[in-house]
Amino acid sequence: MGLDEFFVTGEPLIYAGMVAIVLVSGAIIFLLTYFKKWKWLWREWLTSVDHKKIGIMYILSALAMLFRAGTDALMMRTQLAFPDMNFLDAQHYNEIFTTHGTIMIFFMAMPFLIGLMNIVVPLQIGARDFAFPYVNALSFWSFFFGAMLFNVSFVIGGSPDAGWTSYTPLAGAAMSPGPGQNFYLLGLQLSGIGTLATGINLMVTILKMRAPGMTLFKMPIFTWSTLITSFIITFAFPILTVALALMTVDRIFGSQFFTLTGEGLPMMWANLFWMWGHPEVYIVILPAFGIFSEVIATFAKKRLFGYNVMVWSLILIAGLSFLVWVHHFFTMGAGAFVNSVFSVSTMAIAVPTGVKIFNWLATLYKSKIKTTTAMMWALAFIPSFTIGGITGVMLGMAAADYQFHNSYFLIAHFHYVLVAGTVFGCFAGLVYWYPKMFGHTLNERIGKWSFWLFVIGFHVCFLPQYFLGLDGMPRRVFHVVPEWFNLNVISTIGAFGMGLGFAVFVYNIYYSYRHSEREKTGDPWDARTLEWATTTPVPEYNFAVIPHVKSHDAYWDMKQKGETIYDESKLEPIHMPNSTGRPFIMMAILAFTGFALVFEWIWLAVAGLIGALVIMGIRSFDYDEGYHISVEDIKRTERSARGQSHELR
Amino acid sequence: MSSDEMNVKPLEYQTEDGQMSIVGFWIFLAAEVVLFATLFATYAVLFGRYSDAPVPGNLFEAKSTLVMTLILLTSSFTCGVAVFEMRRGSVKSLLIWLIITLALGLSFLGFEISEFMHYAGEGATLQSSAYWSAFFILAGTHGVHVTFGIGWLMMLLIQLARRGITSVTSRKIFIIGLYWHFLDVVWIFIFTGVYLIGMVV
Ligand code: HEM
Ligand SMILES: [Cu+2]
Repeated sequence: MGLDEFFVTGEPLIYAGMVAIVLVSGAIIFLLTYFKKWKWLWREWLTSVDHKKIGIMYILSALAMLFRAGTDALMMRTQLAFPDMNFLDAQHYNEIFTTHGTIMIFFMAMPFLIGLMNIVVPLQIGARDFAFPYVNALSFWSFFFGAMLFNVSFVIGGSPDAGWTSYTPLAGAAMSPGPGQNFYLLGLQLSGIGTLATGINLMVTILKMRAPGMTLFKMPIFTWSTLITSFIITFAFPILTVALALMTVDRIFGSQFFTLTGEGLPMMWANLFWMWGHPEVYIVILPAFGIFSEVIATFAKKRLFGYNVMVWSLILIAGLSFLVWVHHFFTMGAGAFVNSVFSVSTMAIAVPTGVKIFNWLATLYKSKIKTTTAMMWALAFIPSFTIGGITGVMLGMAAADYQFHNSYFLIAHFHYVLVAGTVFGCFAGLVYWYPKMFGHTLNERIGKWSFWLFVIGFHVCFLPQYFLGLDGMPRRVFHVVPEWFNLNVISTIGAFGMGLGFAVFVYNIYYSYRHSEREKTGDPWDARTLEWATTTPVPEYNFAVIPHVKSHDAYWDMKQKGETIYDESKLEPIHMPNSTGRPFIMMAILAFTGFALVFEWIWLAVAGLIGALVIMGIRSFDYDEGYHISVEDIKRTERSARGQSHELR
Repeated sequence: MSSDEMNVKPLEYQTEDGQMSIVGFWIFLAAEVVLFATLFATYAVLFGRYSDAPVPGNLFEAKSTLVMTLILLTSSFTCGVAVFEMRRGSVKSLLIWLIITLALGLSFLGFEISEFMHYAGEGATLQSSAYWSAFFILAGTHGVHVTFGIGWLMMLLIQLARRGITSVTSRKIFIIGLYWHFLDVVWIFIFTGVYLIGMVV
């Protein structure tokens, strides 16, 4: 294979991308060397098993991926702005809508939410870390290297171009030869392992490590949504694992699962993909529901209305999410009876979802709302998401879906639920928990600028797409005809508004880092749940003394009674796990293995696999017990953190 | 922890770490159930899609698969005995029963490989048709799990020999026991759902 086949050549935009990558990595390497930060990076971050640091790494990576996939989106919108644009050719357009969708779902939405779960859930349940901190680090690095493996495709080997749904036979070896599709399969496989491990890890953490007194129905609602999401992950992700593996074997080893030859069944891919895929959309929305519930309760200064009903509707949604997958291909000939069954089950999901909407409204009803930035994201979510949900029900009517399917109406639907639900949720959560993570709040004024730019941009971008869909504009086309011109150009303007909003958001991170007042109380929002009971910044052991929980809004009650969770007389040495570089190394080796498989260098892949197994073996023989933090050290840490906070109150 | 509590709980459940690892492994097994269920469903959907390849009825033999089944069932039994011996605190018999389990696992694997070679020799390979792809991936995934279990067990044997029965080693043995029994259950489904049905159709 010549170098010109290895690297992608002949595309000016991709050359620009290469230059950008080289410059940015060069700058990072230079800065790290210049400020002598390599050791710090390795010791404090890359080898850390601390859930708070891992969470921050998740969120930073997710923001980078939001940038990458957002750039893809703006390129697509530019191409679609005017009839007969020639900004992107057909092939490049195909690649970009594929990478946009895949990255947004796998490498932006999920890691962003998992990052927030990482930081918040142990704090909310009064725990000192995850059940399996080592596995947590493995999960993060599997996501990170999976994302890198996928992303490298656009300069090496070529991007996948069969859509984020990768339908066969198009995505099979016969019609999509070359490495592109393999990048999709192996990048997702690698990060999928980590997601499954996180699901199990969080489930055990929540089931076994809650503070004494915190029964299941006294858990904060975000923890509940995480628990339910973990269930969905555990039962849905193995399906994706199998589907990806089967297609990989098809493409690389010549089996006949999804092929047109050998009596393979291309439709089986669509079934397997959506049996995972529909639960997946709930994996990315339920945690966002949890975030909104926390934010709304905090800034409405009320207990969440209908807590029990909220929990049960989460459970119901999770159950139903496994029973609706056929609604993604009503038009592919399953027959009237099957379509009817799945039509009904699909519409049924709207019921518990609607219940949640009314509960949020009831929480807000007659409350004194504090319109902080986090709260504004939550308030914007309710009506916007409702539009997405209602159009979802329209799509769920099988007969009508013959009209809507694969048109811009569908595109508008899922962006209304995914952007207004998941992305608003991620932003709300980040703004809300930011002071816990970094010790200062984000600037409110700039935050509101980014909010308005993004939200208005969002509606300007996607509302017209419903009407474009009704006008018959299909998805995944790279040329628009003149009749669709007006609405498309409006949509593109909105997209750039969102881009601007995101840029302001990122600028706010920088601005607040420089100028925001340092947070000393640990509880800037006067909030309700246990994560706010710790000092800020949170010490590595989280809680010096494990709190006792009596009610659902545990910290709120403590504040009413004037109690704190800290009692010096109850201190005991705290056991902590040691940092380790093995998760990083193991996942780097697996990414190398994946890369070798992408190019079908089988023996190199085998060598990589053996390397990963060796690391697992080393882990098995490792009886590292961790270390203890002495009572003296805890006292010192707590006194300095609390001493200050008492003076200032 | 009080001493009478020590008496009721097996060693592997006595530390919080041990309990959490075991719960975590049960949940992992739930995910494995989904994984194999997906493979079984795939096999069922692709059943009968032989293309030009041989029909399973002509290749599957009752005798060899029955022997494989008996070997694996016995290994599950010996693995259970091993955990029983562990609870009694006898490292030596624990090691012996585990080595027997290991040997049975290896011979199962040997049979499986020779079966696969036999089918391939008759013209039924991963590439021949959708049916055979599904067959080899389903049975093969089980086989890979057994192989992994064998490697894992060997490492645990070394650790046991070095450290004896501690709360950590007993937890590891208990967990690999769960894994091993699980593979046995999956095999029963393969034996009945794939081989027996494949022979008569
Ligand atoms: C009230 C609840 C909902 C209903 C009834 C619903 C219904 C549907 C239906 C019927 C389709 C397929 C339409 C077609 O292909 O013609 C669809 C597509 C989609 N929905 Fe929803 N949906 C709901 C909520 C959600 C949520 C909460 C999310 C994610 C956060 C979501 C994400 C998606 C995505 C990503 C697609 C399309 C994927 C693709 O084809 O590329 N939906 N929805
Ligand atoms: Cu769906």
